[in-house]
Amino acid sequence: MSYTEIMLISSIKVIVVVLAVLTGCAYSTWLERKLVGHFQHRIGPNVAGPFGLLQPIADAIKLVFKEDIVPNNVERITYALAPIVVFIPALLSFAVVPFGDKVTMFGYQIDMVISDLDIGVLFVFAVTSLGVYGIVLAGWSSGSKYSLLGGVRSSAQMISYEVAYGLSIIGVLVIAGTLSMKELVAQQSSFFDWFIFRQPVGFVLYVICAIAETNRAPFDLPEAESELVAGYHTEYSSMRFAMFFIGEYANMLAVSCVATTIFLGGWQGPLLPPIIWFAIKVALFMSFYIWLRATLPRLRYDQLMNFGWKVLFPLALLNVMVTALIYRL
Amino acid sequence: MSEYLAIIIFLFVGIGLVLFTFFLSRLIRPANPYPEKTQNYECAEPPIGSSWIQFNNRFYIFALIFVIFDVEAIFLFPWAVAFGQLGLYALVEMMIFIFILLFGLFYAWKKGVLKWV
Amino acid sequence: MLLELVIFYVAAVFAIGAALLMILQRNPVASVLYLIVSLLAQATLYIQLSAMFVGAILVIVYAGAILVLFLFVIMLLNLRGEQFEEKRPRLGRATKMVISLALLVELLMIVKQTAFPERMDRLMVEATPDFGSVKPVAELLYTQYLYPFELTSILLLVAIVGAVIMAKRGRTDHDEEDK
Repeated sequence: MSYTEIMLISSIKVIVVVLAVLTGCAYSTWLERKLVGHFQHRIGPNVAGPFGLLQPIADAIKLVFKEDIVPNNVERITYALAPIVVFIPALLSFAVVPFGDKVTMFGYQIDMVISDLDIGVLFVFAVTSLGVYGIVLAGWSSGSKYSLLGGVRSSAQMISYEVAYGLSIIGVLVIAGTLSMKELVAQQSSFFDWFIFRQPVGFVLYVICAIAETNRAPFDLPEAESELVAGYHTEYSSMRFAMFFIGEYANMLAVSCVATTIFLGGWQGPLLPPIIWFAIKVALFMSFYIWLRATLPRLRYDQLMNFGWKVLFPLALLNVMVTALIYRL
Repeated sequence: MSEYLAIIIFLFVGIGLVLFTFFLSRLIRPANPYPEKTQNYECAEPPIGSSWIQFNNRFYIFALIFVIFDVEAIFLFPWAVAFGQLGLYALVEMMIFIFILLFGLFYAWKKGVLKWV
Repeated sequence: MLLELVIFYVAAVFAIGAALLMILQRNPVASVLYLIVSLLAQATLYIQLSAMFVGAILVIVYAGAILVLFLFVIMLLNLRGEQFEEKRPRLGRATKMVISLALLVELLMIVKQTAFPERMDRLMVEATPDFGSVKPVAELLYTQYLYPFELTSILLLVAIVGAVIMAKRGRTDHDEEDK
């Protein structure tokens, strides 16, 4: 393959993935509203289209037409920058996720991954660690007390869970000996090789930390609407607000994709094509997210911080040591 | 290196997308600001005092501790990846490393730094 | 390759330009943002040198952790740019000049010791294509450079102790303010 061809294929893959992520985000909101509706014995969205399937599109159109209200005492540049800084890291995680096996299309061998980095897992970790900025900046630049408190709380929460988040994957790395996402999938070829069975504690830790990292229930304190209005995005409206909204769902999707790849065998599965298996696993993980939101009450902030530092972090270290010992002896 | 190029393309497409949607909505949305509307939200009351309030310095201490343990986590990544080749020796030395830092964690814990009241 | 050269120059300009803007800014939050941009550009440069691991660390530890700490400090002290001009500098102009000059000399000495291509031949090590990736780094770090690595843990322990002491002192101050 020539250089131009590689570039062209990469560009096409990028555009397809970006569109897929946006559609995924839109329909995650639909899934959430529908599922939470049923959890609460309601029907959920059912007016726009069959089963309310056109609801996300209606929402998007509404948001585009909304007036953008910028309060007069914001720090302009950072205020404008924050929604972008929230969205971009969320999007970038998808770059290293393999969505399927190699396929042959139009005479080209195409990898179903944008970029198979040999430091894939580290890349995800790096991108996640940048996600905190959007929230700090939004909170700080809005010039509102609710935003500032929400932003600071949220960022302290994110950094508290980030260490355990990184450590929860180390167990898998000890067993697998690679950071490449493609390699990780390849090592889970049979059902009982899935890392969820070889690293059950690591998986539980990963899920808990990921929920805290994405600011979702029961760790959704930054947006605790009963005390902080809307937290760090209180003062945002219109498309800027939409960016935070999409960013949150993109983050959830990214976490689901990474969890699927690292712990749940990636795109592998019998009979159905790989991409379908991948979508099924991601959808199940997202449903789990939503199920948690519908079931669990919100934690108190001191409980949350204590849990992160005094339970999850030592447990994650212990998990690493035990895994290393077992695989050495 | 083409793997990294793909990421750069991805980055630019992402930024382009965001800017495009902002541009699009700027074209079609209404703009009708007036002083009451552009006030900060404070439960419909006029805002009191500066919004940049002083907050608890405990946030800062947690950030400091986070930096320390983040560095530890970073050291674990290469160790884990090369674990198969490194042998027993590496295991023992990493145990020492982890125990020293666990000691630090428990020290901070006992001194009440990790307590959030 | 032309494209790589373009990326190199763009990243280099970003790294230096953002670093300059960082120094010249009045608003401390903007300074931190420019520093992040500079670090990301530097990470790009490291990756171009196939030092993937160093690039990743730069983003995770510096951009993702240390600068969050910086932002917290700035927000904690509530620095928003205006207050700086009122404060009188603690050091005289001459002292500043001496310190800057000393730093400059130090920098030049480092540059002089650096292995630039023309002197590479005597310093060149056999490099495999993935020498900067995680596994080769680990194999060196946990065998040959074991001692510095273990010392790092002591260094980090000292940092924890420092944090504890600061937390203690800060807490009493704060309690007095509250009551």
